[in-house]
Amino acid sequence: MHVRRVRAGLKGWGGVGAMAVVCALALTFVLLLPLVGQHHDDGAGLGGPGLATGDQMRAENCTDPEKQTLPPSAADGATIEAIKNRTGEKRKLIVGVDQNSYRWGYRDPNNQGSALEGFDIDLVHRIAQDILGDPNAVQFKAIPTNERIPAIKDGRVDMIVRTMTINCDRLKDVAFSAPYFKTGQQVLAPKSSTITGYNSTLAGKRICTAASSTAYIKLDEDKKAGRLAASVDISTTVPNQLDCLVRLQLGEVDAVVTDGALAASQAAQDPTVELKGAPFTTEYYGVAMRRDADDMVRRVNQILVGYSGNGWQASYDTWLSATLGKDASASRPPAPQYLRTS
Amino acid sequence: MTQAPKSSAAPPSSGGPTTPVVPHQATVRPGAADRPAAAAPPPRATAFVEGVDKLRTAATTEPGRLRILGALLAVLVVAFGAVTAWQMTDRTAAADDVLHKSQPLTSAAADIYRSLADANTAASSGFLAGGQETAASRERYEQDIDTAAAGLVKAAGSSDPGSPAAATITKLNILLPEYKGLVERARTYNRQGFPVGGAYLRYANEKMQGEMLPAAQDLYTKENRRLGDDYARATPYPWAAIALGVLALAALGWVQHRNYRRTNRVLNHGLVAGTATAAVVLLWLVVGHSVARAQLNASYDHGVRSLNVLHDARIASLKARGNENLTLVARGAETIKVGDTVVDVYDHDFTEDMTALGKGLALARTLADDHKGAEPVTSAVANMTEWKKRHAAAREQDENGNYQQALDRVIGDKGATGECFDSVDANLARALDHEQSEFRQAAGDGLGALTGLPLGAAVLAVLGAAGAVLGIGRRLSEYR
Repeated sequence: MHVRRVRAGLKGWGGVGAMAVVCALALTFVLLLPLVGQHHDDGAGLGGPGLATGDQMRAENCTDPEKQTLPPSAADGATIEAIKNRTGEKRKLIVGVDQNSYRWGYRDPNNQGSALEGFDIDLVHRIAQDILGDPNAVQFKAIPTNERIPAIKDGRVDMIVRTMTINCDRLKDVAFSAPYFKTGQQVLAPKSSTITGYNSTLAGKRICTAASSTAYIKLDEDKKAGRLAASVDISTTVPNQLDCLVRLQLGEVDAVVTDGALAASQAAQDPTVELKGAPFTTEYYGVAMRRDADDMVRRVNQILVGYSGNGWQASYDTWLSATLGKDASASRPPAPQYLRTS
Repeated sequence: MTQAPKSSAAPPSSGGPTTPVVPHQATVRPGAADRPAAAAPPPRATAFVEGVDKLRTAATTEPGRLRILGALLAVLVVAFGAVTAWQMTDRTAAADDVLHKSQPLTSAAADIYRSLADANTAASSGFLAGGQETAASRERYEQDIDTAAAGLVKAAGSSDPGSPAAATITKLNILLPEYKGLVERARTYNRQGFPVGGAYLRYANEKMQGEMLPAAQDLYTKENRRLGDDYARATPYPWAAIALGVLALAALGWVQHRNYRRTNRVLNHGLVAGTATAAVVLLWLVVGHSVARAQLNASYDHGVRSLNVLHDARIASLKARGNENLTLVARGAETIKVGDTVVDVYDHDFTEDMTALGKGLALARTLADDHKGAEPVTSAVANMTEWKKRHAAAREQDENGNYQQALDRVIGDKGATGECFDSVDANLARALDHEQSEFRQAAGDGLGALTGLPLGAAVLAVLGAAGAVLGIGRRLSEYR
């Protein structure tokens, strides 16, 4: 009986204790909430101004990023000299490419040997031919999507030829050549999916993108601006757009957003998926180089002028007509303009 | 042991219906138990007092004293036997676990790790080779998967349900078919010439490196800890049993001395027999356990330690090979900053793995205690040196942009680093085999030294106690 009384007493104290704990918790919440809120504000502030300046730049001095490049010239400058001065086995152009983009830059597993091939690779060979006089004087480095800009800034590669979209944010870090291909973001989903394109049918779906790709940036922007349903889950990001096809096939995501040109390459590897809806952006691929490698930018633009007339179409026919259609007009970039002043 | 005194059981000490051999116990305990049945008015506390009183009265006469001494001797000798049997059963079980359970399980866990890592390396080599993988590399992969699956079954069979090891095994059992499924898909796509096959292989590799190998490592660590625990249970001296044995012998000696002083008789057959058996048990206990302990310690020093070092070295060589392949698969995709320079992350890891391998082999060399154990390790060191040389040449080719040449020097047929890796692996396998048999020999001898000790000690102790009681009974009968 005594024990029971003690227990009852304890029970009473337990209730009081619990209330005290709840009060303390409530107090902590009240005290911490402003802090958390502040943090949140700070976070948004960090993203906010960045985005705002991006928009400003776009609004003020960055319209048509694909035109922000230097006029062509065949003259050798310091950068090209340095490459030409490499000796022996090292006398090669070091180029960052992709080895997983079907028909752009990839290894055909059924080929003997390890040669990379594709539309991008053809262009690389042309550039090497022009600068070093040997189309095979190239050291290929496979660079994941999110490593493209660091690789250039760290000097690990001379240039990146890897389905890289020219945009204003990237222009702050690297220099681009004139565009060599035109594409736009597109949605890829299983044929049986209810998704019809880049629209409200994406609500509640999981979308896969490559880390720091144009696709991810666009989705993130649209989601924040409310143009994309808040229920869309874009948390799955992978090193390479092709990894998205793996996730899609394994049912870990419902759709993939990537450049139409690459999405078509994915669809070509799996007959049960297809492109949904028209491209919802217009983008151009360019060759990325160091920000200060002016001579190299001019030289590549010079090469592209020639390539556009002789080589581009043949390469398109070889690699892309099967996935993008015989008619290349939708993929051809417009006549280049060279408006970069600084 | 109760028979002899029963015949001479005297009425005075019979407080209850139980045997009067152990008078003080018999009176104290049953007294308390009998209480409710007796239902007499006197309060509880007096039962003990009553018993003590009886004992005190008994102690005033020589037969009473003899009874008490006989009972004490019997209890001491039997307790000695019981504690010996108990402590040695425990140690024998632990030694048996070392030999038949925890060490084989540690080896099985190491095998699981090895075969998983090797399967992954074989799969990535297949991809590197381009074209269709060779029959040899596919066979190796399949064999590794089979070994891993068999190892998991073995480990599952002897893990305790609900233990952390069992949870890890379950996890690996779930992941293995997932991994295999990814590799199969990669193969199918490779055959169709689609690069998504490579993407599947990367995903499989991620699963292996990120989830499966850490789980296998965890299992290995857990089993190794269990092995250490079993050793810790098998080797400590059975101090309680030894102390009781010494005490029992001393008591027997004292009683005989007392007899001699009172009767001038030198030998009491029963007591001498009791003393002899107790001495035999004590001797058996000390010598048997010392031998077992020495053998078990030897099995640890010359077996388990070498095995651990060799397993670690083998795992380091596997990791190095995997990273060497991945350097070429990734083709500069992943980098890491070391100090101020940016280096390839896989090549960086390769260098670290090779350092670990070098250290492991050096340690294994010092631990190897005979020529048969040292020879494969020495060969492995030579293989490793050659491997490093060839690797440097392959890296130079890759740094110069000669990818195909670099590839040939890593996975090619002749003169490739793959040869060196295979030799290192084969030599380490030989060394492991040797150390495993050394371990089994020593631990088996150790267990052998304990054979029969628990049961023998128990039986002998009972006989010894009977002897002591008979000896006392013989003296008691002189008072009839």
